[in-house]
Amino acid sequence: MSDQEIDKGRRQFLITLSSIMGTVGLGFAAVPFLSAWAPSAKTQAAGAPVEVDVSKIPVGGMTVVQWRGKPVWIIHRDSDMLKTLTEQNDKLRDPECKVDQQPEYVEIPDRSIKPEFMVLIGICTHLGCSPTFRPKAGSVDPSWLGGFYCPCHGSKFDFSGRVFRGVPAPINLAVPPYRYLSDNIIQIGVNSKKS
Amino acid sequence: MKRMILLLCLVPLIAFAAGDSYKLQKAPINYQDNASLQRGAKYFMNYCAGCHTLKYVRYNRMAKDIGIVGPDGTVDEKLLKDHLIFADDKVADTIRIAIPAYDAELWFGVTPPDLSLIARVRGVDWLYTYLRSYYQDPKRPLGVNNALVPDVAMPNVLEGLQGVQEPVYHTQTVMYEGQAQKTQVIDHLKLVKQGTMTPAQYDAMVGDIVNFLAYVGEPVKRDRQRIGVWVLSFLGLLLIILFLLKREFWRDIHKD
Amino acid sequence: MSQVKGKLVQWVDARFPLFDFWRNHMSGYYAPKNFNIWYFFGSLALLVLVNQLLSGIWLAMSYIPSAEHAFDSVEYIMRDVNFGWLIRYLHSTGASAFFIVIYLHMLRSLLYGSHKRPRELVWIFGMLLYVLLMAEAFMGYLLPWGQMSYWAAQVITSLFGAIPYVGDALATWIRGDYTISGVTLGRFYAIHVVLIPILIIGFVLFHLTALHKVGSNNPDGTEIKKHRDENGHPKDGVPFHPYYTVKDLMGAAVFLILFLAIVFFMPEFGGYFLEHANFQPANPLVTPEHIAPVWYMTPYYAILRAVPDKLLGVLSMFFAIFVWFLLPWLDRSKVRSIRYRGIFTKIALTLFVISFVSLGYLGLISPTPMGTFMARVFAIIYFAYFLLMPIYTKYEKTKPVPERVT
Repeated sequence: MSDQEIDKGRRQFLITLSSIMGTVGLGFAAVPFLSAWAPSAKTQAAGAPVEVDVSKIPVGGMTVVQWRGKPVWIIHRDSDMLKTLTEQNDKLRDPECKVDQQPEYVEIPDRSIKPEFMVLIGICTHLGCSPTFRPKAGSVDPSWLGGFYCPCHGSKFDFSGRVFRGVPAPINLAVPPYRYLSDNIIQIGVNSKKS
Repeated sequence: MKRMILLLCLVPLIAFAAGDSYKLQKAPINYQDNASLQRGAKYFMNYCAGCHTLKYVRYNRMAKDIGIVGPDGTVDEKLLKDHLIFADDKVADTIRIAIPAYDAELWFGVTPPDLSLIARVRGVDWLYTYLRSYYQDPKRPLGVNNALVPDVAMPNVLEGLQGVQEPVYHTQTVMYEGQAQKTQVIDHLKLVKQGTMTPAQYDAMVGDIVNFLAYVGEPVKRDRQRIGVWVLSFLGLLLIILFLLKREFWRDIHKD
Repeated sequence: MSQVKGKLVQWVDARFPLFDFWRNHMSGYYAPKNFNIWYFFGSLALLVLVNQLLSGIWLAMSYIPSAEHAFDSVEYIMRDVNFGWLIRYLHSTGASAFFIVIYLHMLRSLLYGSHKRPRELVWIFGMLLYVLLMAEAFMGYLLPWGQMSYWAAQVITSLFGAIPYVGDALATWIRGDYTISGVTLGRFYAIHVVLIPILIIGFVLFHLTALHKVGSNNPDGTEIKKHRDENGHPKDGVPFHPYYTVKDLMGAAVFLILFLAIVFFMPEFGGYFLEHANFQPANPLVTPEHIAPVWYMTPYYAILRAVPDKLLGVLSMFFAIFVWFLLPWLDRSKVRSIRYRGIFTKIALTLFVISFVSLGYLGLISPTPMGTFMARVFAIIYFAYFLLMPIYTKYEKTKPVPERVT
């Protein structure tokens, strides 16, 4: 009788132990299959940092480059554009940029390292359309001072990509990580060291 | 269609590869030896990459695997760019600096093949023997021939280093349609004019190149074996426990 | 806790026979208690099937079935996809492991007469699985689009060209082109990843359903259902769960050690599991100097080559596969197990195994006059084993079979 009692304990112990080992083994076996879904070396190479010579962008104009498949805008802002950034804080949803949509090394409200060059990911925070650049005052509505307008659902953003109140987009456009390699060369995709 | 024609041009290389009797020499390779792999990479970039691509190999992956890394274990991009990337390629690019296929065809009559998988197709001993078996042959358009691959299309790029070899023949009797026939076959090659390297230095260099090509053929080999040891150890442990479990249950049956 | 569990079981069972299924096929399914090492291979085949399905699904995520990109996409999997190399080696080694397991599973049947009445349908379903597996492996082998892939497919599809009158048209129809091309690759891919896997899963269910209907054979070839205890359970049987689940788990661990040792340390297996020439992209203008199918097809390939006539060779090859299906009716022995059969069966089976292995070897190497002669001898033994079976199994002296398992 006592034999059987000991047997039961031993059996339970072995069942538990092999269950744990088996689960751990299946966990290990899952690793290659799960990590195969992470970006491959080719994808990472395609998403490598992009370098842009900003001196070629005309004042008041913008250029679009692709980084990790997304449109990235670089806008060469003139002093008029920069002036608008402080004029309509009451109309903006998040003028202080409290929501984490920019790296910590950019200044507020110009949301850039050098105020004249604004770098933005050109994807609307509402449903992923790419807004259009509307620099001319009054071109979207009578009080429009210039900025970005999303044709899909009418979201509006200022020259720093900050979202206006009363539009579907909930938060400001995102600023990607970038840094200056030299005075005129911006590298998008690598964080700037905070000075 | 053009590609097919280019491939057809490789026929001599492929067709003569196996059938002959020239003895393969053992390649001194060690895929754990980073110094050798780095030297091999350097030689490859200097002497081979002008014509041959490694179109499946990324610079940064290669650098990481063969130990071109900084103290923090990440790829030393500066070192890589300065010593191994000659074109203005990015570090994550594949190794494709090579002459345009059109020019190659004009010069050599064939497109130099991509070498990413050559070690897996040919084997390392074949490559080692091949690179050491060029000899002087005035009958050939480029003035050289190869004992392992007769009528080879590739010029002897390493001649300046190795020097000039001449064949030493022996007579072999073969049966052909029931008749014994004597033919001259190459027994071995003799160095008649030394290049800038001694024979030992040259062999070591070829060994490094072949070692590098072996790495390139299967970059994951080291990782694979390292992981394999852990996997098998784990399964060994699991087997012991499962054996005890099985024996425990089967005690019920064997009792009666 | 157990009360909650009981309620849950009731709730599910009233709606879906999940626990019924468990009782019928696992905890309440009685298997003979005297299974030996030969009885591991059934569950191992299931394990390999799961491995092939999983690794195959993952390969299909990154593989591109086109003549332009197939070879590159395989190297992309091998080098750029995280752990892609492991998933690919699991699949390529798994293909060979599948055949090793299946051949041993079939040999078990020859040893213990598992194909004999009343298990004819178990055998037929099993043979259909074997043929499906060969088709699956053959089509899968084209996908890497290497030299061997290309020329093996070219040779095998050309076999249909041997059929009189319609042969060439049929071969062209199968390929969808005048030679193997991206068109062939596309259809082989679809069949390899969708059609045949579905059929295999279906026939595995049939195979197991038929087996559980009649019950497993055992090394003594006795019928364990003849002797039942007071509960109606076979006296020589034990519930499959837990006794054979724990035993098969142990077998799976041994198998995985051997299997993964190959995957991690010798995935090419000396050029037999992954052939050297297949690391060269397919080239329709140059045949590799030596071409042979992968090892698991070579016994039949050797038979094909041994026959000097094209059509007869093809017919012999297909007959060599078909004749397996007739086994339950060719075997006229009164007993099942080799343990109680006469000397002729023992000699015949030994010669057959030697012939099968030798044909496999001869199919791998380049043909020589001596090799072809030997292939003919072994091919004759191969066919004689089956075709003379009704005679030697019927008239040989057998030993009495014990009532209970030993």
